[in-house]
Order: sequence, then structure tokens, then C-alpha cells
Amino acid sequence: MKQYFSRKILIYLLTFFLAVTIDWMIPRFMPGDPILNMLTRVSVSSNATAIEHMYQYYSHLFGLDVPLWQQYLNFWGSLFKGDLGLSSYIFPTPVSKVLLRAVPYDIFLLVPAILLAWYAGNKFGAFAARSKWLDNTVSPVGYVLTATPYMWLGILLAYFFGIVLGIFPIAGAYSFSLTPNLSLKFIVSVLHHWFLPFVSLFLVEFGGWAIGMRNMIIYELEADYSHYLGALGAPKKLIRKYAFRNAILPQITGLALKLGVVVAGALVTEVVFSYPGIGYLLLAAIQNQDYFLIQGCFLFIIIGVLLANFIIDIVYIIVDPRTRRGMAGEAA
Amino acid sequence: MKNKNEFLYFSLRNRKLVASLIIILFFLILGIIGPTIDQTDPFEYINPLGSSPPSKEYWFGTTFFGQDVFAQFVSGLRAAFLVGTIGGGIGTLIGMLIGFTAGYRGGIIDEILSSFTNIVLVIPTMAVLLIIAAYLDVRSITTESILIGITAWPWTARAIRAQTFSLRTREFVDLAKLSGMKAYKIIFSEIAPNMMSYLVLAFILQFGGAILNAATLDFIGLGPTNSISLGLMMQYSVLWGALQFGIWWWFIPPGLAITTIVGALYIMNVGLDEVFNPKLREM
Repeated sequence: MKQYFSRKILIYLLTFFLAVTIDWMIPRFMPGDPILNMLTRVSVSSNATAIEHMYQYYSHLFGLDVPLWQQYLNFWGSLFKGDLGLSSYIFPTPVSKVLLRAVPYDIFLLVPAILLAWYAGNKFGAFAARSKWLDNTVSPVGYVLTATPYMWLGILLAYFFGIVLGIFPIAGAYSFSLTPNLSLKFIVSVLHHWFLPFVSLFLVEFGGWAIGMRNMIIYELEADYSHYLGALGAPKKLIRKYAFRNAILPQITGLALKLGVVVAGALVTEVVFSYPGIGYLLLAAIQNQDYFLIQGCFLFIIIGVLLANFIIDIVYIIVDPRTRRGMAGEAA
Repeated sequence: MKNKNEFLYFSLRNRKLVASLIIILFFLILGIIGPTIDQTDPFEYINPLGSSPPSKEYWFGTTFFGQDVFAQFVSGLRAAFLVGTIGGGIGTLIGMLIGFTAGYRGGIIDEILSSFTNIVLVIPTMAVLLIIAAYLDVRSITTESILIGITAWPWTARAIRAQTFSLRTREFVDLAKLSGMKAYKIIFSEIAPNMMSYLVLAFILQFGGAILNAATLDFIGLGPTNSISLGLMMQYSVLWGALQFGIWWWFIPPGLAITTIVGALYIMNVGLDEVFNPKLREM
């Protein structure tokens, strides 16, 4: 188990290192010059010397006028100080501050959506497997749901419930007429705005988990131990319980693997509903060419996904006794 | 060629496979001949009234600015298939390259490649795509597809590695080794044909994944800068208030097409699985 853990942690550290390196590398090695781009977009004057001065000023400001290796070390240094630069879109707020303001909304939206969809999808998939009528309806619906682009489902829900029926708001995280406080009115408003983005994330996820679980359960029910239990005369309910326990393990690993996709889904869902999380911020950053903010969003997403992966690893150890006894479990 | 006939026989008998193939072919043909028949420029402002609902003149209606939605739609379909083919193809190829090498070589090479795969697997690809795309000034559908392909391979590599691992100790591989065949030849003439069905399924999933990824990228504002796509249609419709103005014909077709195509691909996968694997066939 110690070996399992140290191996995992090593992988995570390497991943973090690689991600930060990518984050650092891309602006510097991509074709085109971000600073020149920024200047040509902003400056009205075509005075060459003025542009030259501005260029030097910004190179210095962004720390681009020192050797590459030093830039790299500086990047790590300021990263550990929590300094991600200044946002040019919401100037002069530090990027880290802008992001920290957005993160609670992401957690509030993503954690319930991911966990509930996973739980409900697995329960439902296990329930549907091997019952002809349910299976024939659940499987097609599940496949269609997983094939739905997140934003499209969001758009449809926003249009139908927000515009046609007019019972849900389609922008913001709470009513614009309220200021954040702990009153009941405010909490209701927050939940009211949260509901549609949550449902659209939930539904797409749900379909995938239900199908995955259904296929796993069918596979487990065909396994020798299930037949053996059946031959011994064990009740069907008990066999299914054992099958479920075995089938849930790959679903936990699957949760870790799918996190990236869910996060991407949350980004576009936030855009649809103008929900002030990182996705919404990212769109604004892209439209305003705020490179520091884009880089910051990238880092926050990576850190979030890595942390979630680590938590899932710990859960896996708790759930699967084989990993604890040093026998290589599936995810080891 | 009895083998081929048998494959065809079970394919045509499989309702899932036939139905999904028809759906995909329908969209593919629409994407190929649509822009040729209807030569309206997707970006041209043809309707002076701005948006108007579907009619005889404008089959799918017009956008907020009076652009023809049908012209955008068929061009977008073409783009979606292009992204699927290039992106899915590159993803599968890289996955095969790394999976075969790791699985066949084993040892330290496997250790390095597998760790690398696991690392890339954890990094959310969309985040990497975002940051690369954000720094590209001009993006074409081909660039987008290539970017999607080079970030989508890890799970395919992992699956192929596992399969190769179980195949490489078989007798026929040993025999090939004894006869002095080169490693790459063994992989392509002995191992790959034995997991052909697996590779086909992997490509189909990559194809669908690439279309969905492209839609996400387009929607967040990092799509192609010089052409139209289904994801871009959805982005424009949301940005320009299609929801508030009730221009439903602008955002329904692109999303519906993506859902139908990708859904059909998934169901085709199930159908093909049943054809390849006799145990799964419903008798």
C-alpha cells in the first residue's frame, strides 16, 4: 500500500510538473508574438518608435526580457507565491483573486452534479440491467444522453424552461437585484439560478454512468462466481448485490478518467447560463485576449482535476480491500 | 472468402448496425452534396429582414443577421465529418503506435510509455486544447482536428497496450519471432489483424469524441476562424440572443445533428461488437 501511494503521488507530481511546463511553454513557443498582438490590437498610433518602447516596457513587465531558463524558474517561483499575474480584462485585479472569486461557483455546480449523476446512474443502470422492458428504454436513452453536447442540452433547457415557460432564470448565479447575504430570499435565488445548469450537467453524465453500469452488471452476472452462487440457490437479490460491488470498482476508476470531460462540460454549460464560474471567466478571457487569465484558468482546472483524482484514489483504497493488502488491485 | 460473407451476413442482420449506418450515411451525404447543391455562402447576409423562421425559400430559416441556416448547417456537417476523420484518425494512430510499442516491447520501454500515457490521461485535454488554441491567431478546421487528435490518444493507447500484452505471448507470435521477422512486421501482420475489431471500435469512439470535443472548443470561442461549424453555429446563436428572441431554428439543427451522429456512432459500436463477438449476438 505504501508503494501504491508513493507511486501515485509521484505520478501526480510529474503530471503537475508537466502541466505547469506546458502552461509556461505555450505562450513562449507558439508562432506569433502575444505582446506584439496585444500592441497592434490596442494601439492606434503607427509610430514605430512608440511601439518599440511599448514593446520593451511590456516585455519587461511580463518578465520576458530575461533568458528562458530564468523565465522558467521565475514562473515556478511566482506560482508558489500565488502570483499568477494581473488580469488585463479586469485590470488591475490579480488573476488569482479573479479566479478565487469564481471557484466557489464551480465547486457548487460540479461536485453535486458529478456525485449525484454517478450515484444515480450506477443505481439505475444496475437496476435496468437484465430487465427486458427497462433495458430497452434505458439503453437508447442513455446512449442519446451521452452523445448530447453539454451546451446543446443547456441551450434547450434554457430555452424551454427559461424563455418559453419562463419559470427559471437563464443568466447569473443570483438575481441581479440582490446583494449576497445569508437571507432566505438570497439562498432561494441562488438555488433557483443553480438548478438548470445543474440539471443539464447531471443528465449528460447520468446517461454515461447508467450505460456503463448496465454493461458491467451483465458482464458480472455472467462470471463464474455468479453462476456458482446461483447454483447454490442464493437469491437473485444477493447475487446482484455481489455483482454490483464488483462492477462499481471500474466505475470509480472511470470517474477519475472522466473528470476532464465533465470539467469541459461545465465550462460550456456555464457559458450558456452566464454562470460566473471559471468557464464563463474563460470565455471572457478568450474574447478579450487576456492571456494571464487564460493561463490561470488552465492551472486552476489542472489543480482541481488532480486533487479530485487523488481523492478518488483514496476512496478506491477504502473500497477495494485488495489494494490495501498489497495485492495489485485494478487501478494499481 | 466464406469469412467475409459471414461478416456481411451478421452485419446486415444486426438492426442496430444497419439503422446507425443509415443515419450516419444520411448526414454524410447531406454534408457532401449539401454545399454543392445549395451554393449560398454560409456567412452571406441574404435575408434583409434578419431572422425569419423556416420557409420554402430558407429551408431552416435565417439567423439574426439574415444568414441562411441551412447553408451553415450543411457546411457544418462537412466540418464535423472532417474533424471526426482527421482528429479520430490521428488519435487512433498515435494510440496504436504507443500501445503497440509499449505492449510488445514490455520492460523499461513499457514502463516509460505507460507512465507517460497515465500522466497525459489525467491532464484534462480540453484545458490543454484551450490554451493552445487561444494562442493561435488563425485556426482552420484541419488545425483544430490535428490538435484534437494529438490530445485524444491516451485511453486508446492504454487499451491497445493491454490487448497487445495478452497477444504477444501466443504461439503464433513466438513462431513469427523464431522465423526472424522484424518487430514492426510482427505487430502489423500478426498482432494487429487479431485485434482488428478492437481497432475499428476504438476509431469509431475516437471519431465521435473528436466531434464532441470540436463542438466544445468552438462553443467556447476557440473554433475555426475562417469557416463555419456546428459548434460555432451554437456559439453565435447564444451570443446573439437566439434564446431571447426565440430563434429556435438557429440552435436546434446543429445540436440535434451532433447528438444524432454521435449517438448513432455509439450504437453502431454496440452493433459491431455483437457482429465481431459471437457471444453477444442475440439469437
